Amino acid sequence: MANNSILVVGGGFAGITAALEAAEVGYDVTIVETNPYLGGRVAQLNQYFPKLCPPSCGLEIQFQRIKNNPRVRVYTMAEVVSVSGGPGAYDVKIRQRPRHVNERCTCCGECEKAAKTCVPNEFEFGLCQRKAVYKTHGFAFPFRYVLDPAGVPAEELEAIQAACPYEAIDLAEAEKTFDLSAGSIVYATGWKPYDLKNLDNLGSGKLANVISNMQMERLASPSGPTGGQVLRPSDHKAPKRIAFVQCAGSRDQNHLNYCSYICCMASLKHVSYIRKNYPDAKVVIYYIDLRTPGRYDKFKKRILADEHLSLVKGKVAKIVEDKHKNPVVTVENAVTGIKSDETFDLVVLATGMQPSMAGQKVPASVLDEDGFVLGAEDKGVVAAGCAKSPLDVMKTAQSGTGAALKAIQNVVGR
Amino acid sequence: MAEKLGVYICGGCEIGKALDLAGLAEHVKNSKVAPLCKVIKTNPVLCSPEGVAEIEADIKAEGLDGVVVCACSPRVKWDIFRFGDKIQVERVNLREQCVWSFQDDPNVPGLLTAMAQDYVRMGVTRLSKSAIPAPEIPETNKTLLVLGGGFTGMTAALNAAALNRDVLLVEKSDKLGGKALNMYKTFPLSAPYDKAQETGIDKLVAAVTANPKIKVLLNSSLESLEGAPGMFKATIGGAAYDVGAAILATGWVPGEGKYLEAFGYGKMKNVVTSAQFEEMAKNGKIVRPSDGKTPASVAFVLDMDLALKDVDYGVGAACEPPAPLPGDAAPAEGEGEKAFVYEQTESAKHLAISSEISSLVALKQAGYVAEFCPGAVAMVLYDHMMVPGINEKYYKAAQDNPAIMLTKAVVTGVAESGDGSLTVAAKDTLIGDSVELAADLVVLPTALVPVTAHEPTMNFVYRQGPHFPDLKLFDGFVDSNYICFPYETRRTGVYAAGCAHQPMTMANAREDAAGAVLKAVQCIESINRGVAVHPRSGDLSFPVFNFVRCTQCKRCTEECPFGALDDDEKGTPKPNYTRCRRCGTCMGACPERVIKFDSYNIDQIGSTIKEVQVPDDMVKGGPRVIVLVCENDAYPALDMAAFRGKSWSPYVRFIPVRCLGSVNAIWVADAMSKGVDGVMLLGCKYGDDYQCHFVKGSELCSRRKENIAESLKRLGVEAERVEQYEVAIDEYDKIPGLIERFMSEVISKFGPNPFKGY
Repeated sequence: MANNSILVVGGGFAGITAALEAAEVGYDVTIVETNPYLGGRVAQLNQYFPKLCPPSCGLEIQFQRIKNNPRVRVYTMAEVVSVSGGPGAYDVKIRQRPRHVNERCTCCGECEKAAKTCVPNEFEFGLCQRKAVYKTHGFAFPFRYVLDPAGVPAEELEAIQAACPYEAIDLAEAEKTFDLSAGSIVYATGWKPYDLKNLDNLGSGKLANVISNMQMERLASPSGPTGGQVLRPSDHKAPKRIAFVQCAGSRDQNHLNYCSYICCMASLKHVSYIRKNYPDAKVVIYYIDLRTPGRYDKFKKRILADEHLSLVKGKVAKIVEDKHKNPVVTVENAVTGIKSDETFDLVVLATGMQPSMAGQKVPASVLDEDGFVLGAEDKGVVAAGCAKSPLDVMKTAQSGTGAALKAIQNVVGR
Repeated sequence: MAEKLGVYICGGCEIGKALDLAGLAEHVKNSKVAPLCKVIKTNPVLCSPEGVAEIEADIKAEGLDGVVVCACSPRVKWDIFRFGDKIQVERVNLREQCVWSFQDDPNVPGLLTAMAQDYVRMGVTRLSKSAIPAPEIPETNKTLLVLGGGFTGMTAALNAAALNRDVLLVEKSDKLGGKALNMYKTFPLSAPYDKAQETGIDKLVAAVTANPKIKVLLNSSLESLEGAPGMFKATIGGAAYDVGAAILATGWVPGEGKYLEAFGYGKMKNVVTSAQFEEMAKNGKIVRPSDGKTPASVAFVLDMDLALKDVDYGVGAACEPPAPLPGDAAPAEGEGEKAFVYEQTESAKHLAISSEISSLVALKQAGYVAEFCPGAVAMVLYDHMMVPGINEKYYKAAQDNPAIMLTKAVVTGVAESGDGSLTVAAKDTLIGDSVELAADLVVLPTALVPVTAHEPTMNFVYRQGPHFPDLKLFDGFVDSNYICFPYETRRTGVYAAGCAHQPMTMANAREDAAGAVLKAVQCIESINRGVAVHPRSGDLSFPVFNFVRCTQCKRCTEECPFGALDDDEKGTPKPNYTRCRRCGTCMGACPERVIKFDSYNIDQIGSTIKEVQVPDDMVKGGPRVIVLVCENDAYPALDMAAFRGKSWSPYVRFIPVRCLGSVNAIWVADAMSKGVDGVMLLGCKYGDDYQCHFVKGSELCSRRKENIAESLKRLGVEAERVEQYEVAIDEYDKIPGLIERFMSEVISKFGPNPFKGY
């Protein structure tokens, strides 16, 4: 059926932007997000470069705009199952997983106190645990708990339900499937960090003190597992020698065959995280090229004016750990030609971004060889943000805004 | 204004455990605000469907026009406590700001009750002085003005036309096409990103020329833009055109050659810029300028260290050093208006800023060498090969090209020998520590300098001037300081795209043009609904002026971050409502309190402040401190602090404001005259990396504090009793410390307000 509403698949920064910009022109928009919260990857960041400002600031404004706009509908824990129909008249099947917590929830936390089962915390990239019933993070939107019953014994589930003073726990909630119509579809499915287990020369994700750049974001976050202290995962001691390994998985034919755009700037930003608490820690960045395009040059100059920071152009060939779990990095300096083994307390792998949909089917669209969504703008299927290509946050917002326009062009006059 | 209020007090989330709800309701019934409250009730779980149903029933039965929900923060359960467009809702934050964060003082009994009572009465007072705004919807023009007929401008025009909008495309030169016309080829704009390609500019020109919705004016400039979004009047070639919004796509000009002198440019004949090299390719022949011979070796120097050595990176302040506020400094007799001088913002830095495009161009042009000079070698000398993201694939293709040699290098100098041949000296390279490379031709990057680095371009007929303010912060680009909101500038209704906006590739510009068109259309549609645009999207309120009391001090006109106010010959402000973002900075600026919003005004907040009960004896009853809290960052931080179990002095009372810029000095005076012992202002960060969503709000508040300090001193009150703190949204853990510091460094130190008890 002809319809001029817009479906946005993905509620990260590109998706929220595309949805709001279209809604404020006057179109009905539905956001379908797989996580229990909106905000995607940026919600897991501590700060943005180059301003070193908190992502929750911009997200707060976005959530205010959503709250004030009746044209925006949000489904979390939901995914697109199938799409049929054509431009201007898409029929979409959505599957929504049960949250098991209804709108009566006040986030009082009583259910969490009654829960015993713990699993690795996905939001914190496994750096700590979460209970079976939990709130993903402080500024979660929707502001509501989630119950993940997998592996939780029945008595515990009952105790959790009984602990809630507001009858907000719904153990019986089942998965829902429903249909909706849309005239255009925006794919803003974003990215996932490239899995460290693929990097077998860099420890395969098994070395305790070799972390990913996203894990570094969580360590540095005041709401993160260590309250904002960058500490070694193995013994929670303060690191004195830290190395950054750029292009861990990117610019590599065996892994990600492109540059992930943000990792150089992210590592420079991480130096400022480290300096906050450790003014004298020695930091080395092993890079191929330090990519600080445009006005990011000013940020680079600022961070590099640091006497305890050195830059080494060279590819890291191998990382192992010694008996104290200190990572030992084998690197060849590209300029001097000297190969050496260097020991550090903590190594941060600047892992790249892989499109979330890589390896999956995308209804009404196709992926390129790297997994990026190839939109079909003439059919009203538009890719936005990192689903389309690796981008930083500002360009993601620009991409989302442009995508909103393309989506509207397809339904104008319908 | 809301006159028949329903007051509902929730007992959930420990509020009922900590407070005597019935007692609180009784207090309201017997208080000064009772006549406003038709209904006063308590409920154990107000947000339950039953609780909400009761409110809805009361609204119908009692004809309520406002509801005061005394429960949790307004940031939660917003979808539950909503009763339609005709019912105003005020949220009293008893949960986070009262019960959860309460820190008792054992010396003074009943503090939690006193706090809750204050907050409920404050909430009732605040709502009773709020009215639902009824803006007039103006007639708008839907035509989009696109300034600049290059790739970006044309892309924007076609995008707008595809939405059935009329477009006025204004191009300075005698033809459409812009810089792409001079390109032989462009680096790749789409998958597989491995080959230079045709620009497609001719097709674009043809599409624009053929499009009936696009009116093209060549040999034309925007002489002036008058009016406001939705109703701009653009003067072009002496004729006036009505337009609704504008897209600035004036692109770039090449950087000045003087910044490349360190590499021999201007002296050595065979040192050229990439723009000159491209021109040669476009004309079908690449030769050495000195003798017209085909070069056997071409060095592309990307490392610009030599040019940037002495560049000062400290420049680019968002705010000039504190100048006297307008109205403070008396103008000298007979001094006329100073002639407007546009600040030039080009510098050597543009070479660094252009690095991404320079790198891609060098890769492209290195490819030309094989095409035009068979057998010749192209050398690309870079410090960092600045081709992030998907463009890495183009770099890979260049690396696979045997005719292109690429090396990291720090170029230390270029020397010329008798026959014009060049030697490029470099260190820290991949081919040796210190090398000298012979080259027949050296190509240096052409920096992208936005047109707006040199000219106001928009030529606004705005009281604040013809230009976008503070472009020095962005090196002349018309960029946004908000990472999350890339199209926001200080001039509503004008959106930049392409290289006028940021240095960008044509692929990015294609998307950027679409984004700018979206914002332009959205702006006009918002005006048609009578609402504000970002960040107070959907706000129906608008500033109302009582000109009778205006003394023409011009503070509002000069301080408005968006230039929304012009003035007449007498100096009386002339509001342009569609330029306005509803921040209230004008309201905060006005010493005569001439300005108000129906739903947010001086009397409202002043009365709310005066509703705080202040004990006469500070020792017996404790001090009282008013905290004016910016809604955007500081308020969420307070909520989060409470959630994380933080607590603070029971003597503070929080009052949310739209922006610290909207804080009027009278509120401080109101607080002081009530005997309040201190006023804290919590708001967003200002400075170069400002966070304030209204650009200048928190900064202006900080500057005005100096005036407030003067007034306080004259009254015999210590200026230190009023202090402002920058709080980012994620600095929630710092809040208790800030409050404690204020209580100990100010309140304990200075003791009670000398006016207490009067």
